Amino acid sequence: MSGKTNTELNGIWKMHAPLEGEVLRATNLNVFYRDRAKLLFKQNALKQVLYDVNFHIKEGEILGLCGESGCGKSTLSKTATGIIKDFTGELLLKHGQPQMVFQDPYSSLNPSKKIGWLLEEPLKVDRKKQWTGEERRARVREIIAQVELDEHLLERYPDELSGGQRQRVSIAAAIMRRTKLLIADEPVSALDVTIQAQVLKLLDDLHRNLGLSILFISHDLRVVYQICDRVMIMQKGRIVEQGTVDEVYRNPQQEYTKQLLRAANL
Amino acid sequence: MDRKEEVILEVNHLTIEFHDHDTPERVVDDVNFVLHKQEILGIVGESGSGKSMSALAIAGLLKRHALSLSGEILFDGTDLLTCDRERLRSYQGDEISMIFQEPMTSLNPLQRIGHQMEECLRIHHKEMTKKERYDRAIRTMTAVGLDDAEKLYRMYPHELSGGMRQRVMIGAATIARPKILIADEPTTALDVTIQAQIIALLRKVNVKRETAILFISHDLSLVRQLCHKVIVMQKGRIVESGITEEVFEHPEQPYTQALIEAIPKVEL
Ligand SMILES: Nc1ncnc2c1ncn2[C@@H]1O[C@H](COP(=O)(O)OP(=O)(O)OP(=O)(O)O)[C@@H](O)[C@H]1O
Ligand SMILES: Nc1ncnc2c1ncn2[C@@H]1O[C@H](COP(=O)(O)OP(=O)(O)OP(=O)(O)O)[C@@H](O)[C@H]1O
Ligand SMILES: [Mg+2]
Ligand SMILES: [Mg+2]
Repeated sequence: MSGKTNTELNGIWKMHAPLEGEVLRATNLNVFYRDRAKLLFKQNALKQVLYDVNFHIKEGEILGLCGESGCGKSTLSKTATGIIKDFTGELLLKHGQPQMVFQDPYSSLNPSKKIGWLLEEPLKVDRKKQWTGEERRARVREIIAQVELDEHLLERYPDELSGGQRQRVSIAAAIMRRTKLLIADEPVSALDVTIQAQVLKLLDDLHRNLGLSILFISHDLRVVYQICDRVMIMQKGRIVEQGTVDEVYRNPQQEYTKQLLRAANL
Repeated sequence: MDRKEEVILEVNHLTIEFHDHDTPERVVDDVNFVLHKQEILGIVGESGSGKSMSALAIAGLLKRHALSLSGEILFDGTDLLTCDRERLRSYQGDEISMIFQEPMTSLNPLQRIGHQMEECLRIHHKEMTKKERYDRAIRTMTAVGLDDAEKLYRMYPHELSGGMRQRVMIGAATIARPKILIADEPTTALDVTIQAQIIALLRKVNVKRETAILFISHDLSLVRQLCHKVIVMQKGRIVESGITEEVFEHPEQPYTQALIEAIPKVEL
């Protein structure tokens, strides 16, 4: 199956679309949440969260997404991965489904499986390559070393890890899938600066060596400046400014962007 | 600052070990510190160093099977590690209250935000009327930077963004005006403006209501702004501690030095 249409709202979400030099292109996205309780009584129980969002992610770039809490960043990322289906407009993906690192790592890791199992699983269903058990375990060890996790944690369950360890497991799980597009929602927020630097370096290496493209959501404008090529600023469900990080940080056009930069002492 | 040097919490030789794997694992190793009335004490340290475990032990929230706890946690002269469950429960949420690192795991997905905000008032402040509870909930939500509190009051956790959930947690933990507030990475998902608002709120709670705060964070610049004293943990142990400014000016441990040096700098 390469495409899917939402009949009610007519939003188009399509994988393996013919895009040139881009891995994702969103056109006129309007995204809604449904109030299921209200739905019983009223027809029109849609609440709009994103308004006329247009953007693209170039092949091999890291695109930052910033904006205040509640402005719609996670909603945009969930629309891009196909989790949210109530939208109008068009979302095209050059490759398959993007991988996602969720903002709340706890809720995205299956609590009944050991970390080792969770990380090996994507390799078992890899359609491009038959992995032997030994190869799988070697690959898992390689990735967890890169996110600075100790091997003995592979024998643990998700609730037996610290917050920062869980966050790194969910990054490792997304990377195991050899994805072309990674959507990372606040991936380093629970990590201290030393490990943060290591994880950011890992993401940067993957993006250089494998041509991985990343949508990088963060409330930390400093981290965004360090790692991203371009950045989008979102306010109340709209993208109000976008450009290369140098353009936007040196010469912000919108008052809102200036405010954000000022608040971060930049 | 004129702070009373009255000890409110005393942790002696706190040690936590897990036994559910082949080799027992000591995740907190002989931790000692005191928290004075109206003091803000920061705990920093690398990921996995035992910060959350220590916090959970103090809040009386560690599941006691599969692990062994030793040492003393003295609150008001009572050892929280050995006192009976009734006593412990009467403190929880009321006298000692906690903001958790991952908000989604501690909010009940099936209950409305308002109900969860008022949880503590319903249990410990039975004298309050429904209207009083409601008013207090709305006021507290506004104080943590949640606009449109009346509307949010009726919503469910999954309908909120990550940062909004985090603020609900902070509100629920401060609503009953606890004597000790344990805040485990309370501002990780928040942007700087709201972070500043939360810090201001914690300061206000600390000064006006004389709440002592145990502030766990990996963000050293926040710790420096807020905390009177700081503890640095590594591999379950306290490796360095002291007055915040002194530790920042003259870090003794290589780990502390590395942390301070790694604060990202941006040159535009
Ligand atoms: N399932 C849902 N039902 C209804 N409303 C929702 C739902 N999920 C999110 N919202 C609302 O949509 C808006 C945007 O939320 P979103 O999670 O996208 O914000 P965000 O930018 O990721 O914020 P944060 O930085 O706090 O994570 C918020 O007002 C939120 O209350
Ligand atoms: N059930 C368990 N069994 C064994 N070890 C555990 C269990 N739960 C947690 N741990 C370990 O205890 C150590 C301390 O965890 P804790 O959550 O206190 O870390 P932390 O300092 O809060 O780290 P972070 O900054 O990542 O949140 C970690 O190494 C973790 O893996
Ligand atoms: Mg979010
Ligand atoms: Mg922790």
